[in-house]
Order: sequence, then structure tokens, then C-alpha cells
Amino acid sequence: MRNNSVRAIALAAALPLVALTACTTEPSVTQTTGAGTGSPGTNGAASSPASKDWFDQALYDTQFKQRSATFEGNPEQPYLQYIAGPMTDTSKYAAKGPKKVCFANASISNPWRQTGWITMNQQLKALQSSGVISGMETRDAKDNDNTQIADIDYFIAEGKCDAFVISPNSTAALTQAVERACQTGKPVVVFDRGVDTKCATTFIHPIGGFAWGIDTATFLSDKLQSGDKVVALRILPGVDVLEHRWAAAKKIFAEKGIQAKDYFTGADPAEIKKIISDELAAGDVKGVWMDAGDGAVAALEAFEDAGKPLPVMTGEDEMSFLTKWKQTGITAMAPVYSNFQWRTPLLALEKIFKGEQIPTEWVLPQKPILADELDSWLQRNQGMPSGHYAKFGGEDLPGYPQVWQQRQMP
Amino acid sequence: MSTALNSGHSAILKQNRASRSERLLRALRTPGGAIFILLIVLLAAIIALNPSFGEPGSFIRFIGRTAPIAIAAIGQYFVIVGGEFDLSMGSVVTMQVIIAGNLIRQDDAKVIPVLVLMLVLGAAIGLVNGLITTLLQVPSFIVTLGMMLALLGLVLYWTGGAAQGNPADSFRQIGRGGIQNVPVLDIIPYPVLILTAVAITAFVLMRRPFGRMLIAVGDNPAAAALAGSRVWWVRTRAFIMSSLSATLAGILLVGYAGVHPSVGRGYEFTAITAVVLGGVALGGGRGWVLSAAAGAFALESLFTLLNFMGVQATWRDTVQGAIIIVAVAAASRSWQRKRKGATASAHDEQHQLAATPTPAEGAEQSEQGGERV
Amino acid sequence: MKRRAGFFQRLSSTQIVYLVALATLILGVLLVNSIGRSFFSPGNISSILTGTSVLGFIAIGQTLVILAGSLDLSVPYVTSLASLIAAGVMANNPDNVLSAVLLTLGTAAVIGLVIGLIVARLNVHGFIATLGVGLIISGYLATNFKGSFGETPLAFRLIGATGLGPVPISTIIMLACAGLAMLLLHRTRVGHHLYAVGGDIAVARTSGIRVDVPVITAHVICSVLAGMAGLLLASRLGVGSPTVGSQGGYDLLSIAAVVLGGTLLSGGKGTITGTLGGVLIFAMLDNIMSVMQVNPFLKDVVRGVVIVVAVAVYARRRIVSRPERFGTKGSAETPAAQPVPAEGS
Repeated sequence: MRNNSVRAIALAAALPLVALTACTTEPSVTQTTGAGTGSPGTNGAASSPASKDWFDQALYDTQFKQRSATFEGNPEQPYLQYIAGPMTDTSKYAAKGPKKVCFANASISNPWRQTGWITMNQQLKALQSSGVISGMETRDAKDNDNTQIADIDYFIAEGKCDAFVISPNSTAALTQAVERACQTGKPVVVFDRGVDTKCATTFIHPIGGFAWGIDTATFLSDKLQSGDKVVALRILPGVDVLEHRWAAAKKIFAEKGIQAKDYFTGADPAEIKKIISDELAAGDVKGVWMDAGDGAVAALEAFEDAGKPLPVMTGEDEMSFLTKWKQTGITAMAPVYSNFQWRTPLLALEKIFKGEQIPTEWVLPQKPILADELDSWLQRNQGMPSGHYAKFGGEDLPGYPQVWQQRQMP
Repeated sequence: MSTALNSGHSAILKQNRASRSERLLRALRTPGGAIFILLIVLLAAIIALNPSFGEPGSFIRFIGRTAPIAIAAIGQYFVIVGGEFDLSMGSVVTMQVIIAGNLIRQDDAKVIPVLVLMLVLGAAIGLVNGLITTLLQVPSFIVTLGMMLALLGLVLYWTGGAAQGNPADSFRQIGRGGIQNVPVLDIIPYPVLILTAVAITAFVLMRRPFGRMLIAVGDNPAAAALAGSRVWWVRTRAFIMSSLSATLAGILLVGYAGVHPSVGRGYEFTAITAVVLGGVALGGGRGWVLSAAAGAFALESLFTLLNFMGVQATWRDTVQGAIIIVAVAAASRSWQRKRKGATASAHDEQHQLAATPTPAEGAEQSEQGGERV
Repeated sequence: MKRRAGFFQRLSSTQIVYLVALATLILGVLLVNSIGRSFFSPGNISSILTGTSVLGFIAIGQTLVILAGSLDLSVPYVTSLASLIAAGVMANNPDNVLSAVLLTLGTAAVIGLVIGLIVARLNVHGFIATLGVGLIISGYLATNFKGSFGETPLAFRLIGATGLGPVPISTIIMLACAGLAMLLLHRTRVGHHLYAVGGDIAVARTSGIRVDVPVITAHVICSVLAGMAGLLLASRLGVGSPTVGSQGGYDLLSIAAVVLGGTLLSGGKGTITGTLGGVLIFAMLDNIMSVMQVNPFLKDVVRGVVIVVAVAVYARRRIVSRPERFGTKGSAETPAAQPVPAEGS
């Protein structure tokens, strides 16, 4: 029996090897099953594996400058504005009639993405009624890289897509899948997080995380004295858009002599309140910095409950924070990671199907809300729920405002 | 086996005849007692690092903010000591928090009706968990896992992922307010009072027939059934209490933290960890309810201590993981020591999930369990 | 009622699992065709099978651990760590593939050994031991890795992207691992002891089994298979990622798949074949819901309901097929464990 099992184990172990040889001898098989990675071009494109540190001086400098850049286009339509730069010629995609769009979404697991997803769907309705888009098939990867890769491969094989919209779950991991989508010859629009390849027709994003960090940390440093303590509330480690915000802020705090202590909160307000309470018990806290405005209210309530003077604070353009800011009258600013970018990919496709030129890297405005604009933004977003983002940019779309007020999504 | 039984009895007899101080000392050497020592050590360390934490005013606030997780741990205790798991707890907390936010809004008149609705819903979820587990014979791990997924999904679908906003302040006072101007303490937060009430109720409940039956059921359901317990109803009541305690935790958290879909996330694992830290054996049949609450306090103190020590944020998981393993390993050793000579250490092995000991062993077990509570 | 009991009685739990899988398949065909898609198109089959691979590896390991009466909640973190070691050591150099694979699986085995020793020697419940080890690894990952790391060479990436027809290579490797696990369970002494220990540890000990060995073996294999999942993910992603394991929620999902496959959560009874059926059911369900564009929040509702309902069906069978032991009145517990190697696999 021992002998038998050994033989059987050996046989089973050999099986995958046999399978491997079987497939390498049959190149046609690899061709048809989405092994697009086989093309030699991909090797060079996959760029530097992430470094040990999130800080990137070149990117920091670029975004520092972009904060004061002038944007082309109508300021009334910030979702169509861009910084002048190289353009992509899309005349080869010009075509008549409604087109089918396939959207590989990373997830709708936080209020920011949900708000954007609602806006995107209303934009879709507008473009459907104007006959540009016939329909959009969406696959949601639930924050999972592996699922999103499979989603994109499914679209390539089965979707009958005329265009791809991809909101990558992470940068390096999705690079090859995006390249496979590019190889279909259809337009590919990437937005929010980027990928390590330039093959996409356009890459849409607001200025970026470093700009957020620079805006917020400079604001806090200006309002506070050297040696003052700032508590930095971060959602979770390892997400580039969030890590860039902190990397820039940390650098500036260090330069200005601000004492910054960072915590991960999981965006859980109970966690945030405990952290602030503990910090207040240990000593004075003059400022609060957040890498996303979720739970900002709990941070302020911790000061109220402890009977301490309210801090100087940076949150986000989320309604809960703006409302609390107004109520308490604190010294604050709301950095913005422009939520209206969720409209832009579909509008970009409209231009692509017309064959118009579009920016190769489409950098959207990212302008923080300062104290003097607070009232007008609150006014414009009256009746919106606490998880809504003030700069959602969908005021002219069908369904406004009920769809956003009730957070209706398909 | 009969000699084992005898020595077990004589051990109990000896224990009962010992003096009060000796008994206390011995109790502290059990896992359920050791947690109190761990808790005191942790609190002492925090105060050493930051003396202001020890002031009555800030200490009572610490108890207040730990109340929700302590209440959840007490609820989870009932389920665990009955030999089951409740993984749906976190989703119940989130659901209740969002219901409070979306149904009450700023309307004070709705506070009471919605409060009643939340309690009814909480009880209903516990009832469903309990009935599927006991009558349909689906393992509670799976029932409550399914409930966890389904509840959270439904709530997020209903709200589009984000709540409308915080409910009326009168409702939030339950978790945020307190009795003001108390001498020495300055404030007695309402959560402290609610926690005290829950703890007393739980303590009394565990000394009544229900508690004894629950421990017997957790220890050996077959024997308990033979002895005339309605096993399914005992366990179902444990699930109802677990969901109700999650509801209570949710009500307090709405006040303490505000309405947000991430409130309550991971509560089930925190509660289970707290219960196990309190020396309660997974698989049922052993442990004190107040030790479970103490486990929650120890866990919260640990997090606070890590904050004060300035441990790098990313390393905290690691420290937490190591402490949990060490604490439970130590607890498991002392259970073994205590039971040495009584029975084979079979129960203390890794798979209490499957505990189906022989009836004789079980009878001796439940006797001991009853005495301990 | 009588007749149904008879029908159920003649089926093994593994057969019921595959009946449920068949029902899911039929439902899938109907729904997918109703919106003008084909369920059996190569792209769709490949999509479903890809969905089975990663979860499959982990669920096989989880089956062994559960059969031995333990649990493993640390798998997501082991998987992430494995993907990082693999991609980090390979560093886009094909010559490093073998050493990277060995180092990855070796590390995973050591983690499994540590867990096994904590469970078997320190008598810590598997739930807590693996929760703790998972937290320890998670802290290490968050501290030392900033986002994705390393890079896997093209040859290695092909494993995740290639298929024989619509069947991905990764699925074939996963099935081979399943075959090995079955051999272990049914042809070796350790395998038989695994069932015995999971069934009733006291009885197993009395009959002279060294109960530590099967428990530790199961944990080592489970961690190694989580490492395999990490290798596959490194191959598909092209990089290692500190979050790729937790992204999938593989801890609870794998336990659910195992139980969905008819294995008793309390240990001692169940089969690898059943687990594969459970994994397949999940993969088809996800595929159908994605094709139908079900709201992502509702997907979880469906998953949750299906897990409970399916397991309730098996549990019903267990009630009717077992002779009554303690009379009729509402005895809520069927003494579950029997140290008998599983029914036909």
C-alpha cells in the first residue's frame, strides 16, 4: 500500500508538468486564451516595483507646480478641464451610432466611490439619451486585484465591448490586464488610480495625493506654531492615493517643526474618537490632519466631550465635515479629491467616438474648499446625506438632486 | 473513569471548605481570574506612562467608552459558553447604527418608537440565528456568517452605502451624555450605568437555572438533553441575548461615535477575542461572564497602552496577536493544572468545537461549571 | 416525507453537494442565456475556473485543518506574505523562480508548523491561534511593505495567464493538489489518524494515536497551500502585494466553501471532493451575479443566504439518515463526530 501511494503521488506531481509541456507545444492555445502577456513589449513597460518609501520627490515637485497651474476649458465644467500637455489623436476611433462601454470598477466600498458611482450612472443616462452610448456593462471587483484582472479578461473575451473604462484597484497589479485591454485595439480609459503603462488612450485623475498633502500640511503649519502637536488620522496603510497624501504632509510637518503623530483608524468614528481622547489625555492637541474626511465629526466631538479647545483641522469635502465645520466655526479647510472625475471617463469616450483630440494624461482640477467658500458649497448641496461629497459635479445631470439625496444606484 | 470522578469530587469538596482568602487566591489562578490580574497590570502600566489617565474623571470616561465592546462581549459570552459562535454581531451593530441615523433623523418624537423597533429587530435576528442553528442543525459559525454577509449587504443596499446623518441629540445622549456635576468623578457617563446594569443582569442570570442549563448545554448537549433541558430553547435564548447586546452596543455607539457604515466593523472578532481572553473556553461549558467583560476591558487597555507607548501604528496588530496567543496559552495551561487528575485533558485540546465527551465526564463537568459561576 | 428521507438517505453528502452545484449550473445557464450570453463560452468557463483556483488551494488546506478539528483564520496573511516573498525573490529574473518557489513554500510551512505547535502543544484553540498568528503577520506586512513589491518574470506570469483550451493551468495545478490531499487522507496513516482525531480526540488518544502529528500535519499543509495561492496570485498580478490575501476575504470564504462542501465544521467527517464542489458553487454563483450585473451589496446577501440554505439541506440529511439516539424530543444536537474515514470521494 505504501508503494502504491508513493507511485500515485509521483503520478499526480507529474501531472502539472505534463500539462505545462502540453501547452507550450501548442502556441495557438496560448494565443486564444488571453495570454496576451506573451508579447515581448510588456516586459519593458512594467516599471519599477514600488520602493520602500512612498515619498517621490519628482512627483511631489510636479504636483506642487500643478496646484497653481492654469486649466484649459470652462471653469463651470471642472470635470472637462485639464492642464495643457501632450494630446492623443483619437481620429481612428471616430464612429457613428451608440457604442457599448465596459466598466471594470475596483469597488464601491466607501462613500467617496459610491457618490462617484451615482454620478457616473446619471452621466451614462444623459449620454444614452443623446445616443452616444448604447449601454454600460459593469463588473465590480470588490477591492480585489485578482477579481478585477479576471473581470477585464472576461470583458475582452465575452463583453463585445466598444470601449473599456477601468478604475484600477491597484497600480502595479492591474498593469498587465490593462495592457491586454489595449491590445484589443479599442479605446481604453483609465481613471482615479493609474497603472504602470502608457497604453491607455487617456488617464484621468485629479492632481493627486501629494498636492492634497501639500495643501493640508501647509495650511496647518501656517496656523500653528513650531512644536505644536498634530494628530494625523489615516484610514489604512498600503493604498497609494492615501499614502501619497501622508508622505507629502509628513515631510512638510517635519520641515516646519510640527509634531505629527499618525494612527490608522479604518475610517471607524469610534476608533477615531478613542484615539483623540487618549491623545487629549496625554497632552494638548492643536491640530488634526486627515487623509480622508470620513469620521471627521467624531474627531471634533472628542474635543467637545473632553472640554478642550477645538483644533485647527483639515477634513474633506464630505457633507458631514462641512456641516460640522459650519456649526462649530473652527479654523479649517476641506481638501478635495475631485469626485467629479467619475463623470469624465464617459465624457472622454464621447470625444473619442467623435475622433477629437484628448489629453493623454488628463489632469483635472483639485481645488480645496477654503473658509470663504464654505457657505456657498453648503448652499449648493442642501439636503444631501452626510456621506455625500460637495464637489460631485453632477448638478446639471438628470435626476438631480433626488438621486444623490437618496443615493440611488443600480 | 470512576476513580477520576471521585478525585474530582474530593477536589471540589476541599475547595469549598477552604477559607475565603484561599478561595479568592485560587480563583485568581484560574484563567477567568487571571484576566483581572492582567487587567490591573495593563491599567497600572498606562497610569505609569500617563498619570492623568488615573484621575477619576478620565478613568470613568475610559469605562464609558469601553462599555459598548464590554456589553457585546457579555452577549457573545452567552453564545460561546453555550458552545456556539455569533459572527453576525458586527453587522447587527452596523445595522442598528444606520437604522438610528436614517429613521430618527432630527425628530425627537421618533426616538422611542425607533428604539423599540431596534430592540425588536435585534431580538428577531437572534431568534432566527438560534432557530436555524438548533432546529435546522446548521453550525452556528455558518448561520451567523451568512447572517453577517446578508445583513450588512442589505443595509448598504438600502442606504446606498452611507447614512443620512446623525440622529437627534436626545437619542445620542444615551451614548454620549452622563450625569453631570458628580463629586470626584465629575461625570458618570450613561454607558457606565448601562454596562453596570447589563453586567449585574448577566451575573444574576448565570446563577439562575437558565445559566446553569446554558453551561450544561455548552459542556455536553446530549447529557443536558438527557437531564431534561430543552437544549434548543436554551441556545436560542443565548443567541437572542447576543443580538440584543449588539443592539445595545449599537445604541451606545450612535451616541459615542455617530452614524457611519464602518461603526461595528470587526466587532464580532473583537468580542470573541475579549471573551476568550477572559478565560472562557471556545466550545462551551466553561468560564465566567464577568471575566468576559474584563477581557473586553483588558483588550481596550492594551490598545490604549500601545497608543501611549507610541508603538508604530503598523506594529499594533502584531503585538495584539502575540498577546492573545500568550494569554490563551497560559489560560489553557492553568485549566489543565486545575483539572489535573480529574479527567484526561481531552477537553483542553484544540477542538472543543466537537466536544462529545462521555456522559460521566460531562456530568462531572457541568457540576464543576455550576460551582464556578 | 418518507420518500424524501429515503431519497436523501441513498445519497452521500458529496453527491448532494454536486446536486446543488448542478442546480446552480442550470440556474446559471437559464439566467445567462436570458440576457443573450452563453454560459459555456470559453471566456465564461475560463472566468469561472479562474475563480476556483485561488479559493480552491486555500479551501483544500482548510478542509484538512477542519477535518482535524481545528480552523485556520491566518490564510489571507500567509497568502499575501507568500506573494511578496515570491515576487521579491524572483525580481523579474527567470533563474530565481525555483529558489523563490521553494523559499515561499518553505516559509509557509514554517508558519504552519508554528501554528500547529501552538494548537497541539500549547492547547490554544485553532480559532485563536490562527487569529493571533494572522495578526502578527499582518502587522509585519503593514510595517515592512509599502504597496506592491517585487516582480515576477514573464515565464512565471504565464502560469496564471495560460490555459489548455478554456481550462487555466492554475486550475489544473489546484486539482493536482486536491488529488495529493486525497491520497494523503485515504492512503496514508496520517490521513486516517486525521479523521480519527477530528472525530473524537479522546477516543483517538485512547486507541494509541499520537494526536499531535495529524493536527500539525494539517496546519503545515494548509499554510503551504495558502502559500501556493500566494504564488498563483504573484503570477497573475505580476507583483507581490501585502493586501492581496485579505482582499479576497479567503479566511471566512474558505471555511464557508468547506462547509458548503459537506464537511462537518466540528471535524472528523468530510471530503476534498465535496470541498471542490463547494468552491465550484461559489465560483459559479459569483460568475452568474457578475454577468447579471447584480448590485455589489446584494451579492453578499445572496452569498449569505446560499451558504445557510445549502448547509441546512445537508444538515437535514444528517438528521434523517442517522438512527435516533436519545429519543425524539427536540434534542438539538446530533453527536456529530464519528471517527470514520469519509464516505466515498
